[in-house]
Amino acid sequence: MAFYLKNSRNIINNLKSKVGLSSLMKQHSCSCLNHNNYCRFPASTATSPFAPQLNNLDLNSHKRGCLFMSQRFESTIAEKQFASVQNGEDNQALDFPGGKIIFSPDMRFLSESPSAHTYCFRVLDDNGQLIKQSNYIQVSEEIAVKMYSDMVTLQTMDTIFYEAQRQGRISFYVTTIGEEAINIASAAALTSDDFVFPQYREPGVLIWRGFTLQEFANQCFGNRADYGKGRQMPIHYGSNKHKYFTVSSTIATQIPHAVGAAYSLKMDKKDACVVTYFGDGGTSEGDFHAALNFAAVTEAPVIFICRNNGWAISTPTSDQFRSDGIAVRGQAYGVQSIRVDGNDALAMYSAVHTARKMAVNEHRPILIEAVTYRVGHHSTSDDSTKYRPAEEIEWWRMARDPVTRFRKWVESNGWWSSEAETQLRSSIRNQLLHAIQMAEKVEKPPVEELFTDVYDDLPSNLREQEKLLRETISRHPQDFPADVPH
Amino acid sequence: MLGIVRQKVLGQSLQKVRPGVSLLRSYSSAAKQMTVREALNSALDEEMSADPKVFLMGEEVGEYQGAYKISKGLLEKYGPERVLDTPITEAGFTGIGVGAAYYGLKPVVEFMTFNFSMQAIDHIINSAAKSNYMSAGQISVPIVFRGPNGAAAGVGAQHSQCYAAWYASCPGLKVLTPYNSEDARGLLKAAIRDPDPVIFLENELLYGESFPVSDEVLDSSFCLPIGKAKIEREGKDVTISAFSKMVGHALKAAEILEKDGIDAEVINLRSIRPLDRSTINTSVRKTNRLITVEEGFPQHGVGAEICASVVEESFGYLDAPVERVAGADVPMPYAANLERMAVPQVEDIVRAAKRACYRSVPLAAAA
Repeated sequence: MAFYLKNSRNIINNLKSKVGLSSLMKQHSCSCLNHNNYCRFPASTATSPFAPQLNNLDLNSHKRGCLFMSQRFESTIAEKQFASVQNGEDNQALDFPGGKIIFSPDMRFLSESPSAHTYCFRVLDDNGQLIKQSNYIQVSEEIAVKMYSDMVTLQTMDTIFYEAQRQGRISFYVTTIGEEAINIASAAALTSDDFVFPQYREPGVLIWRGFTLQEFANQCFGNRADYGKGRQMPIHYGSNKHKYFTVSSTIATQIPHAVGAAYSLKMDKKDACVVTYFGDGGTSEGDFHAALNFAAVTEAPVIFICRNNGWAISTPTSDQFRSDGIAVRGQAYGVQSIRVDGNDALAMYSAVHTARKMAVNEHRPILIEAVTYRVGHHSTSDDSTKYRPAEEIEWWRMARDPVTRFRKWVESNGWWSSEAETQLRSSIRNQLLHAIQMAEKVEKPPVEELFTDVYDDLPSNLREQEKLLRETISRHPQDFPADVPH
Repeated sequence: MLGIVRQKVLGQSLQKVRPGVSLLRSYSSAAKQMTVREALNSALDEEMSADPKVFLMGEEVGEYQGAYKISKGLLEKYGPERVLDTPITEAGFTGIGVGAAYYGLKPVVEFMTFNFSMQAIDHIINSAAKSNYMSAGQISVPIVFRGPNGAAAGVGAQHSQCYAAWYASCPGLKVLTPYNSEDARGLLKAAIRDPDPVIFLENELLYGESFPVSDEVLDSSFCLPIGKAKIEREGKDVTISAFSKMVGHALKAAEILEKDGIDAEVINLRSIRPLDRSTINTSVRKTNRLITVEEGFPQHGVGAEICASVVEESFGYLDAPVERVAGADVPMPYAANLERMAVPQVEDIVRAAKRACYRSVPLAAAA
């Protein structure tokens, strides 16, 4: 934000101290650097006058002092720092507000990337076998089987709804294929008290929390039973009951919202956190940067999960950013971060489980970069073979499928069989076909729902519009859909 | 014919709304004076005290007591968790505020000026205004965005724009524009208590102005209805609609017009969305003449909307063309002489009213 001029005399008086000091700092800065590496910016309160501090420095006239006043950093810590200037034991460091700064005679630029790529945490190898000495959170049979079943449910739902869209029965759909592990494993590691601010490729979280296939179908068909009253495009699910905030189409807006909600949880002293999801493309939005910074500053219990799936519609990550992925950015904002193999359900579960504990117990934000691949097209409005090789997609679909990988681990524990597999897949397929048929039969939301919820109370102009619309429908019923009750 | 019938029906419906106008308060018994700044500060203080869910956030609202000292004393009283100094990122703290409102808190977000709200407009429009509707009532957004709006003095184009028409064009938002201390107190308390997102447009030049306030206004239970205009001055010859600082200009213009025998009615709109169309139309049906005044740009402005409403509902009652007095159609210049010419002055309103009453030679004829 730009500077802002204040007119009020009152305010100018308040500003004077700051302006005066900064100019003074400029005057001194040369001599500071030339004569001594030691430079201290002591803090003072608004009430403590400037002059006495200057005198204090003058007492130690063998050193040159730079002075900078800020109301923000009034504290006893600052006084201690100031005292240590006078003692002058270490003339290679600067106690700057916010942290120590070490001086060096070397002129060295920070590299644009770390010397080695950030490690990616994984527990299961490509064949679904535990990697020796893995540091992971143990999952019980019950949780593991539910995780696997829900991953299969998500995969099957995507296949069938995608087909329904191709048949023209719904207008739009987005699949989560390739990212099932991120969806389900992260949800499994949370508790039902935690709030979720999704992007749009995380319906698996809802599956885990018990949102039924019928409820999914109702939303996609925008019928009367849809909790969104048919007001949003398909896949924009939302459910207060499941603490899953309605999907927002605008990229990355949910990230600062999540921080705000996390701050509220902290104010309410709740034993819970907020989890928000976004893609690699979303990290280019200003909202991502604002949210990370605010989360760090407000010490909000929020987990940022970035699904780095390589592609933002047709834009590859190489055109999106030049950093070593996303995890490194957390460090710049003072946020603990980890890179995880997003196709390894057990690694994902372990990382989110640990992150949750840290967020809730220590009141801190955590950034998780889940490395994965968007096996499906961006949406039903996209054909990704136009901009990426079909072999690349196929390799990820087959060789790196997170569902198969997790199944191998579950099977190796003796918790799953091919009979269970056949039975599960056919049961889900039937449930989905039934859900679609049912959703199609339910009538659309009634006319009045066009006008409700714009405000808490219906204002007079909307009441007038509704009356006018009803009159028009009754005069020209043939021009209006018959399945809309009025 | 059809038009007349429609007008009759509307006339009846307008009469029903009239008792609302009796909210008109008399200043005669009020001896106390209060600045708009004190009014806003006390309203914030009382609402924060009454409801622990209310909290204030923005740049410089805490330690610095607000860039314009509106939040004076609040940090000391409510602590840094409820009076939150934020990093300088409008998109950030607006988004954080909206998220807190989603969760159920009642944030009051201060913009140092509404010009800076442009950096956060996505959160205001796409998130705050639309979420209740998109979530079918599952996510309400009880949030107030407040701060100085419109022209101050000598601060140039990027600190001087009026955003009333911008925000008022978006369903889901409520837009309030207080003029005096009574408005500031009553409307800010109403805004904080309201379950919908409210844009609260203050005026920097009014902060230091004192206005008389009654005991009723000073009571902590005092609250004004959202969506009701106030007739600041009754008259029979011409209606002048105005909001924020322009209400003062309109009242001064009315005094000058009185000397020339023109009895002007001044409407303080108070709320731009919802717009109190019935009070405006009732007044126009009485005076048969309308002048709209605003500091903002003329195109698609508040005056344009009022004009459309009167043409739709009271066309047959008009005895003269509606005149819009608005800011010049240029970004605000810095130089004092140019700046003065870019915002409506009292004499501009006087001239427009005289033209509407056929007391002066029309512009075209004079040219």
